[in-house]
Amino acid sequence: MVPPSPPPASILFTRLVLLFLLAAAAWASAVPPEEFTEELLLRPLPDRKALSHFYFRSFAPPAASVGRHHHLFPKAISQLVKKYHISELELSFTQGRWNYEQWGGFDPMSTSNAKPPGVELWAVFDLPLSEIDATWKNLTHTLSGLFCASINFLESTSFSAPRWGFKSNEGNLRYGALPREAVCTENLTPWLKLLPCRDKAGIASLLYRPSIYKGYYHSQKLKLRSSQSLGIILDQTLTVVLQPNTINGKQLHSSHGQLQPSWSMRHLFNRKLSGKCLVSKSSRIFIEVDKGIVDKINKSGSDLSWNNEFFVLSNGPDRLIKDLNDLEVQSSSIYEYDVSNYSEEKPFDVGITWKLPLTWSCTPSPFHVSRFLMGSGNERGSIALSFTSTNLHKKIFGSPNDCSIKAIIFQIVPWYVKVYYHSLEIFIDGNRKTVSDVVDKIHVTPSEDKLLPGTLEMLLRFPCSMQSATLTLDFDKGFLHIDEYPPDANQGFDIPSALVSFPEFNSARNFPETDPLLGSPLLENFQVSVKSYTEVLLVPLTTPDFSMPYNVITFTCTILALYFGSLLNALRRRIGEEERELKKTATMHGLIPLLLAKLRGQKVDAALSGSSPESTGSKKLLFKVVFVAVAAVLFHYFSNNS
Amino acid sequence: MAIRYYWPMVAAAVGFRLVLVLFGGDLHLASRPEVSTPLTSLRRLAEGYWLKQASLSPYSGSMYHGSPLLLSVLGPLTSNRSGGKHAHVYCSLIFVAVDFLAAMLIRGTGRRLQMSRNRSLKSLDLTKSVNNSANVSAGDIASLIYLWNPWAIVTCVGSCTSPIENLMVVIMIYGACSRLAPLAAFGYVMATHLSLYPAILIVPVILLLGYGPDAPPTKVFLVKSSSDSKSGMSEYDKRSSLKVQRFSWMTVLHFIFWLFIWSCYVLLLSSMILKKVGGLSEMFEKTYGFILTVKDLSPNIGVLWYFFAEVFDFFRTFFLIVFNMNILFMVLPLAIRLKHRPCFLAFVYTAIVAMLKSYPSAGDSALYLGLLGLFANELAEMQFTFLLFFGYIGVSLLSPVMHNLWIWRGTGNANFYFATGLAYTCLQTVLVVESVGSMIKHDRKLRLLVTS
Repeated sequence: MVPPSPPPASILFTRLVLLFLLAAAAWASAVPPEEFTEELLLRPLPDRKALSHFYFRSFAPPAASVGRHHHLFPKAISQLVKKYHISELELSFTQGRWNYEQWGGFDPMSTSNAKPPGVELWAVFDLPLSEIDATWKNLTHTLSGLFCASINFLESTSFSAPRWGFKSNEGNLRYGALPREAVCTENLTPWLKLLPCRDKAGIASLLYRPSIYKGYYHSQKLKLRSSQSLGIILDQTLTVVLQPNTINGKQLHSSHGQLQPSWSMRHLFNRKLSGKCLVSKSSRIFIEVDKGIVDKINKSGSDLSWNNEFFVLSNGPDRLIKDLNDLEVQSSSIYEYDVSNYSEEKPFDVGITWKLPLTWSCTPSPFHVSRFLMGSGNERGSIALSFTSTNLHKKIFGSPNDCSIKAIIFQIVPWYVKVYYHSLEIFIDGNRKTVSDVVDKIHVTPSEDKLLPGTLEMLLRFPCSMQSATLTLDFDKGFLHIDEYPPDANQGFDIPSALVSFPEFNSARNFPETDPLLGSPLLENFQVSVKSYTEVLLVPLTTPDFSMPYNVITFTCTILALYFGSLLNALRRRIGEEERELKKTATMHGLIPLLLAKLRGQKVDAALSGSSPESTGSKKLLFKVVFVAVAAVLFHYFSNNS
Repeated sequence: MAIRYYWPMVAAAVGFRLVLVLFGGDLHLASRPEVSTPLTSLRRLAEGYWLKQASLSPYSGSMYHGSPLLLSVLGPLTSNRSGGKHAHVYCSLIFVAVDFLAAMLIRGTGRRLQMSRNRSLKSLDLTKSVNNSANVSAGDIASLIYLWNPWAIVTCVGSCTSPIENLMVVIMIYGACSRLAPLAAFGYVMATHLSLYPAILIVPVILLLGYGPDAPPTKVFLVKSSSDSKSGMSEYDKRSSLKVQRFSWMTVLHFIFWLFIWSCYVLLLSSMILKKVGGLSEMFEKTYGFILTVKDLSPNIGVLWYFFAEVFDFFRTFFLIVFNMNILFMVLPLAIRLKHRPCFLAFVYTAIVAMLKSYPSAGDSALYLGLLGLFANELAEMQFTFLLFFGYIGVSLLSPVMHNLWIWRGTGNANFYFATGLAYTCLQTVLVVESVGSMIKHDRKLRLLVTS
């Protein structure tokens, strides 16, 4: 804690400040102090890319002990937590889609850091149920101001309250996703502002914008946990998948028989690391090597050191951590570097150089899940969710035939996609099954026009022997008011990703010899069931003609006026009286009643037959009027000319 | 003059429907905007039934907007799918029966009208002068029109609930024509419960029950009786001709009593069906509220969907009021002018409702076109029939084409489809105005015949 430099004031004031600081220090010593840790994990990926995962954790002790003052923890966040009584919150901004087949779908990295494209926000509130919706709306507005994003669109029609499909809760969870939201530096800058060193020092200084936004996948996340006893824990992560610029300049996409690209931090980020953020408690960098590589090294009989038969790391690690999973499915090894040993004069740069060509694959999730649309035209369609088994359960459980695998589907559908939930059909290995055979539990919140999106939560039970399954749901496309279309209406509308989780598969790691590792939140945090997000769907909706409002209003009103007028006229008309009237008017001398009668389309010949002299007289009158009018126009014309 | 081969033609119409239902395969008529509206779609009913089975309110979400009674009658039929046949085959069979019943009731109504017409013509001594021009059995014609109308067939096969709504309206008119107050009240309550708009038919029903079926205007009888008294007609005849005009309060009170009983019964049944899953207030909000506020903007053959999709939001309430009032505006003028012809009044109201209702469909038109046949004798001199006939054909051919161009091919746009809707509304306007005009002309002709 650096006291502000005392202004040239009285000594008494300086003393008071000192006294206050001492008191604060005494308080702070009684409770755990605020902490900040920064970590970075780098991992080569099978498809010649590199994953980098930045992890920053800020911790604030329970609110009562420190009052309203923080020296490391961002004040904006603690105010947010206090004002809205948040007990958990996660906000992610993602660009690109996590490739579950190539980059893994089982390891903790993909299950907790692979996020759907766009913005995803969920929060658990510590409030009475009746106040939650209003609080959520305020929260979205606050967050959208804080992160310069249109999160406020989540306030009205696109959030839902899942009960168990997303995360089991007592109705105090709200979830919303905006798949269309673009992510850029304007969202990153406020996110970096929450760090005590921003991007001026420490690991965050690696975040050179042109290189991180060049990646294939970019996900920036903020996760909050708060309780009265623990205080507030704020985890900020940034996951980027980059294509390394190879040192030897070779950029070959086929991974067979080719060396993996060698890379270092300088190549990935265009930066070297010059020491840690000074206020951080620990500052570490990990290089993780997948189980596939570890298996190959073990098979070749060589030692799993930093300089082995297949690759060499540019620096010797401070420690090597082996992950020994009980299931023997996921066991990678991690090389740890402590940044505090490096400084401005001695910048840190770690990299991997491959010696032999190597191909390996990441552990997939139990089922590969994809979602697509069926049907054509803009009236109706179906959503299909297809599961393809990766036979992972055979590796884990052996292959008993009578077992079953649980899967939970959570899907939000915007209101303009009107899903018929009774049309749910399930096909297993191409054969249609009755719904009750496969679905254990289902919870539907139907969508309400312009108010509420539809939410579908389903617990499925697939037989282990199943190779593929498909679920289809029919829907009608809604028609919107012209104001409800976005500016580029013909692009279509996005349905947010569905989330499929497999509660029986746990992607937790355990490190047997990691007692001293307790300080690493990046590694300890990995305790979640396997889940994967599906693709975002793009639904084209019919558009009305946006330039037509006035025409439509006038046409419709004309028709109605026509109906009203002509019907009233038909009712009002009394033909006998009209004939009498007509006789009267015909006997009157004059042009205007005659014209009126003609305009009405009544036959005047009969009435006029007996009075032909009058008709010639009216013709003369007409002549006179026309003559006078022409004379007047000519006079006007010439008088103007002269 | 009865129609030859009447029963074979009826049987052929029913058989044609059955063939379409059983062997037509899935014609995808259910998703045609001309056939099923958000209110009448059987698919939405199935969704409502599914929601109810899942112990949610059938009205949760914005899927189902129909009556809970239909839900419990038709719902179980939608859930068991027979392999190979299209999904709602059992419901369609019911609709075929309903259509047949409606046609028979229309025929019955036609007979009553014919009898009353003959009686009044006789009392006016005009039987010869009118009947030698045209006297066809209007009931037979009307029921055949209803059975063979392509729109009625499409509506019946296309799995939507409008045949039932039409049946209720026909039951009401039949009951009122034959002075069966309980039946008329049942039809009235059910029709209003199902689609709200038939509520305005209370005026013709009360007139029918009070004065009896259509007759020439009172003035004609007065003229006749005065001319008769000049020529020395017996006192008894005069009274008998005037007896027709007396308003029978007892029947109307009887009707109102039954109206009360039936509405209580329907509400009770609804609340029993909706027990535990929602209340009556939700039902009213989701059925009547949905009808009156035009919440669903999906295309239909009317014009209101496009109007409310385009109109500025701050005018929406105003235009909602204007369009809903527009139906009510004409109720009184028509009732005053046509009070001696309540059955025709009912036809005009039905046509106006079919034109101006928020979610119109071909089924509504099928109903009023069927009823139009009841007045074949009176409207024989109607103008523009050629234009109307080919206009209807043209619209019903063009509307699917435009819809296809806009929705499926993406080569047209919404204005194309809207234009057919406008043309259709124009045609209906012409039909209504012309039929009212020629009915008035017919009455005048009768008066002239009497006075001359």
